[in-house]
Amino acid sequence: MNGEVKKGYVRALDIKNGRVDMSHGSGGRAMAQLIEEMFASAFDNEYLRQGNDGALLPTAGGRLVMATDAHVVSPLFFPGGDIGCLSVHGTINDVAVMGAKPLYLAASFILEEGFPLIDLQRIVHSMAAAAREAGVPVVTGDTKVVEQGKADGVFITTTGVGVVMDGVNLSGANVRPGDVILISGSMGDHGMAIMSRRENLDFDVPIESDTAALHHLIAAMLESGADIRCLRDPTRGGLATTLNEIAKQSSVGLMINEEAIPVKPVVAAACEFLGLDPLYVANEGKLIAICAAADAERLLAVMRAHPLAGDAAIIGAAHADPHHFVQMKTSFGGRRNVDWLAGEQLPRIC
Amino acid sequence: MKYIDEFRDGELAKNIVANIRREAATNKHYSFMEFCGGHTHAISRYGIADLLPANVRMIHGPGCPVCVLPIGRVDQAIRLALEMNVIVCTYADTMRVPASDNLSLMRAKSRGGDVRMIYSPQDALKIARDNPQREVVFFAIGFETTTPPTALIIKQAKAEGIANFSVLCNHVLTPAAITHILQSPEVRQYGTVPLDGFIGPAHVSVVIGSQPYEHFSNEYRKPVVIAGFEPLDVLQAILMLIRQINDGRAEVENEFTRAVTREGNLKAQAMVSEVLELRRSFEWRGLGEVPYSALKIRSAYALYDAETRYGIGYKPVADNRACECGAILRGVKKPQDCKVFGTVCTPENPLGSCMVSSEGACAAHYSYGRFKDIEVVSA
Repeated sequence: MNGEVKKGYVRALDIKNGRVDMSHGSGGRAMAQLIEEMFASAFDNEYLRQGNDGALLPTAGGRLVMATDAHVVSPLFFPGGDIGCLSVHGTINDVAVMGAKPLYLAASFILEEGFPLIDLQRIVHSMAAAAREAGVPVVTGDTKVVEQGKADGVFITTTGVGVVMDGVNLSGANVRPGDVILISGSMGDHGMAIMSRRENLDFDVPIESDTAALHHLIAAMLESGADIRCLRDPTRGGLATTLNEIAKQSSVGLMINEEAIPVKPVVAAACEFLGLDPLYVANEGKLIAICAAADAERLLAVMRAHPLAGDAAIIGAAHADPHHFVQMKTSFGGRRNVDWLAGEQLPRIC
Repeated sequence: MKYIDEFRDGELAKNIVANIRREAATNKHYSFMEFCGGHTHAISRYGIADLLPANVRMIHGPGCPVCVLPIGRVDQAIRLALEMNVIVCTYADTMRVPASDNLSLMRAKSRGGDVRMIYSPQDALKIARDNPQREVVFFAIGFETTTPPTALIIKQAKAEGIANFSVLCNHVLTPAAITHILQSPEVRQYGTVPLDGFIGPAHVSVVIGSQPYEHFSNEYRKPVVIAGFEPLDVLQAILMLIRQINDGRAEVENEFTRAVTREGNLKAQAMVSEVLELRRSFEWRGLGEVPYSALKIRSAYALYDAETRYGIGYKPVADNRACECGAILRGVKKPQDCKVFGTVCTPENPLGSCMVSSEGACAAHYSYGRFKDIEVVSA
């Protein structure tokens, strides 16, 4: 007998021309290969390398925060980002606005049969780069494949955990009358970047998504010692909807000043064109901070010193209101409600 | 934003408001109807009512296309989607209009109907080209502004021989509705709706011109000022109306000279009359049957008329009895006079059509002006 065992040979994934097929979710060799060559190599870290069903992680002191977010954006690639980096930033931000230092991510992929591997690779690389830049590794994951027509290319769910230091207590329920409302920058960039692609609108200045991880900005804000009551990232439903959530949670009224809210001219123009209101359009790299009035200017200075919040602004304040209305002084001199988003934000037709 | 911000300038607004306050006679009441939903929206969104003196009142008119769409018409579109396997294309707001059996086009979609939201009628034609094996219907609604694009795609479909495409035409006419309001018993006899003048439509007037309104100033002695949809346009129009009343004039004046001429867009008018013709009568939600107030597709284009193509007869359906949309659309009642306003009927679950579009009187008041109905501790 020849004692030499022939080394198993597996032909490498054909990234350039290959497509996801049902075998990539079967649990067999094809799936193992996809995980190895596509995911494990990109996300590589010591926890993922353990190769078990779950990641075994060292614990850190403090209270744990856990958040999860499913991503189904269309188109998958848009100016300023793609579903990959978005799925990393989105979950990191959900953990960070709780006042936590994000530590680990888990990622779950639902792939549609027929999805080009080259696109999947682009998404995975973007995700890995975002995780590396943020310093938050993807430590475990899962992949499922569904038949063509049962999904739209790729859906990604990410889950994140982080720890909150003692003394940090942020909640939408903490806001008191007199507190001041700040935002970290211009509103509506992400939503309009997506809409401009979806509607094939071309503007002289392209609208880029603001997708970004906010945990370093938040760490600087917490370090400032300002008495921050609450942080939120105004994603779906935009600033208006998030403020309504906070007003309800804290049982206060909020009054904002339209002139103080930064909106990029190109975003304002695109909103005007489509009949949308930038206050209701999604952001992916912005936050709302509500703090004690005495600390507002100091917090504003800290935010403006950070590259992700150069356009930060004080936009309003909380007051006692049994109806928990969010109201706005319009730049025109009048006053109006800023209500919850009703249904989808539907453009006016005439 | 250039060419937009100029018309939203708070400082200029202060000047016009000061003039309005100075010139509105304190011993008089001024009641003006803004016909168009676009104006209703601007008034609510920019808080214009707040800026006016108490004796100047704005009455919201019926010029919101989805608000005046009767249940029976939406039912027709839903039947096409659910029973006849047709792809129904329509504008976004139309999808939420409540219809019979607790349905709307959006709910019909979730029950398996192929209903698609479009921005332009051209998209509907493209869907027909891309799906030659399916029947595609454009559910067309709106005033004179949206009528020319509908006429255009019907012409295009015929020229290209697109056989799987047709239009369910529900286009309505502004002057007929204004006449109807002026002749309503509330205005003519009872005086329950004091109407001293109209703010005339912006975009509609771009198409039809200012001439059709001369009838109202001549025959009914009501001043009309055609105004753009920006908040400064609206304030300026209110000031011009006050001046007409004070001078005892009843004229058609044009504040929106940057877009509206006396004749309107003759090319668009010619195309509309080539493809569409007057209906003898049409049911409006809130106003009931209004003679010669809507358009249908001419027999030369009958192949593209979904009503005849699918033999879907029109069956009128009464509004929910608690709903005051009718009275609100005629200016007889305010949204907050309706018992179900803000309770059973909200923008999330509209019972009546005025709660659907942000141009509707109820939705505009609910979303933007609700704080005025109750005492609010000021900031």
